[in-house]
Amino acid sequence: MDKVYTRPKSLKKAVFHYCPGCGHSIVHRLICEVIDEMNLQERVIGIPPPGCSVFAYHYFDVDMAESAHGRGAAVATGIKRAYPEAIVFTYQGDGDLAAIGTAETIHAANRGERITAIFINNAVYGMTGGQMAPTTLLEQKTTTTPYGRDIKLEGYPIKISEMLALTRGAVYIERTAVNSPANIRKTKKAIRKAFQTQIDDIGFSLVEILSPCPTNWRMTPIEAWQWIDKVMTKEYPLGIIKDITGKQDAD
Amino acid sequence: MAKVLMTGNAAIGEAAIRAGCQCYFGYPITPQNELTEYMAMHLSRRKGCSFIQAESEIAAINMVYGASLAGARTMTSSSSPGISLKQEGISYLAACELPAVIVNMSRGGPGLGSISAAQSDYFQATRGGGHGDYRTIVLAPSSVQELADFTHHAFELADKYLIPLIILGDGMLGQMMEPVEFKYEAPQELPIRSRALRGAKGRPSRIIKTFTSKPAELEEINWSLFRRYQLIKKHETTFETFMTDDAKLIVVAFGIAARIAKGAIKTARANGLKVGMLRPITLWPFPSEKVQELAKNVKQYLVFEMNMGQMVEDVQLALGGNGEVSFYGRPGGVIPTPSEVYKVISRLYYQKGLK
Amino acid sequence: MSTKGYIEIDHELCKGCEICIHFCPKHAISQSSKVNAAGYSPASFSKNEECTGCAICALVCPEVAIEVYRG
Repeated sequence: MDKVYTRPKSLKKAVFHYCPGCGHSIVHRLICEVIDEMNLQERVIGIPPPGCSVFAYHYFDVDMAESAHGRGAAVATGIKRAYPEAIVFTYQGDGDLAAIGTAETIHAANRGERITAIFINNAVYGMTGGQMAPTTLLEQKTTTTPYGRDIKLEGYPIKISEMLALTRGAVYIERTAVNSPANIRKTKKAIRKAFQTQIDDIGFSLVEILSPCPTNWRMTPIEAWQWIDKVMTKEYPLGIIKDITGKQDAD
Repeated sequence: MAKVLMTGNAAIGEAAIRAGCQCYFGYPITPQNELTEYMAMHLSRRKGCSFIQAESEIAAINMVYGASLAGARTMTSSSSPGISLKQEGISYLAACELPAVIVNMSRGGPGLGSISAAQSDYFQATRGGGHGDYRTIVLAPSSVQELADFTHHAFELADKYLIPLIILGDGMLGQMMEPVEFKYEAPQELPIRSRALRGAKGRPSRIIKTFTSKPAELEEINWSLFRRYQLIKKHETTFETFMTDDAKLIVVAFGIAARIAKGAIKTARANGLKVGMLRPITLWPFPSEKVQELAKNVKQYLVFEMNMGQMVEDVQLALGGNGEVSFYGRPGGVIPTPSEVYKVISRLYYQKGLK
Repeated sequence: MSTKGYIEIDHELCKGCEICIHFCPKHAISQSSKVNAAGYSPASFSKNEECTGCAICALVCPEVAIEVYRG
């Protein structure tokens, strides 16, 4: 029999510190699979955020550097301008990219920086214990919206990917999820296309990935994976938000 | 090469380019806009170089962090309120042992303050204005020539010690126009720092970080940084003395205040007062040993700075009670004249019964 | 009797999230009764004869704990 599935080479053999059913582990693995398939291990520089994935550098066998909270897009910009041969990606949560990092994200996209942002949207601040994120849904209970997110007090969930699509420098933005086999496959394709966009020197690329957070959603892993389909995609529909790369899907 | 007439801000830019600065990231703020504009004009189209007017001072310092990660000589500049914004980024640079040059053309504060020259960022610069235990080398030029020389020197020091470096200028130095000679040409190519992140080609992948869930690890990082700081103290402390050999009263001043004080001291000497000056050039490391050496013979010190009293504390610390310290300061961006400072010197001289 | 595929689950990496159990089209995986060193009850390959080597389990496993073989 042939082995048809094994750990990607650029994913270090280490026990993930993430919770059971967490989406981070899936996305880490998908990124590593793409890095292996596109032969990028020697060119990639990754910037993980403060957050649950602050330890991403324990798992990705590529050059990585930590960033201050929210500043990933600026750090990636600095790296790419200093050394354009590198393939630079940020790996950011919803607070990192769309709260404290809003300015850096929008302007990196607007300048069309040749970087790729992997945006993990789990509608909550995971690391710090489950507070409201800009992407928290209406009526969703978090530790700082104990009565449920209220329009009058907290406003609406923010659609940062749709906002970024309005910048001319952003050329490829897609929203996927990692809550089912089909969605996981689509996520991998999107990550691959995003990296290809950078390699082809076209502009800024971003993949928003709806990711389960069973612990802070107070659900079992299976319930969390299903909640994404049942509830989250109503607010954050999956699919291509912008694609002006003029290229076919990398496959 | 010949001397050219240049403003301080432009001289910094020219010196940086000649030092091999590859990436400049800045944001407009008075009184240093001419520096940002100079880099836009002269750096942005140089081969392999990058200029970005960032969306904020915070973005700029983080771009500096990124460029330094990738091994480039990189610089940002701002003025007092913008430097406040950069503090977190500077802490990260120091923590990750990344070379970078940060230029502060200080203005009056606190708050939005004034656009006029002041020296009220001394604490911010020398006490490691961001969080955590760290230091940055702080250079205090007091002429356009020194702005040029120190900028060049800053890149060398930053690379040598893997430390972020602050050039503490001010609005007056930035705007004044003086003859300046550039003693260096831009290097053709600079070696790549061995710990730079450029993709794991032919070597294991590398991580640059300081976060750790093990306090003992972070403790060791702190000790290691401070061992380096001791080395810097030993080798890089720099100062200038002016007529201190037979002085009875020594003025201690830095930057533009030292220029003003020099004028006042010349007047004092012409009137028979034995006054000298110690001008710290590295504000960190502060020339404490020189102060202690001077204190063997001289017991009266007048600290003159354009703030409410910041460097005066370092002088007091250095003296350790072995001398008397008086203070004269003007905050808010007010520029005192040499004759004003001379009046203070002579009043103090006679009050203390110095002959 | 030959099977089209089989899987190996690393019981020490598994965190008992049960996602593979949920998605296996052949219901060939179930939760074992033992407890691993981290305190989780890992998934276990139970119905060997059903496996087609489709690798959906490995696709959805967050811990990369599953290797898949297909003949």
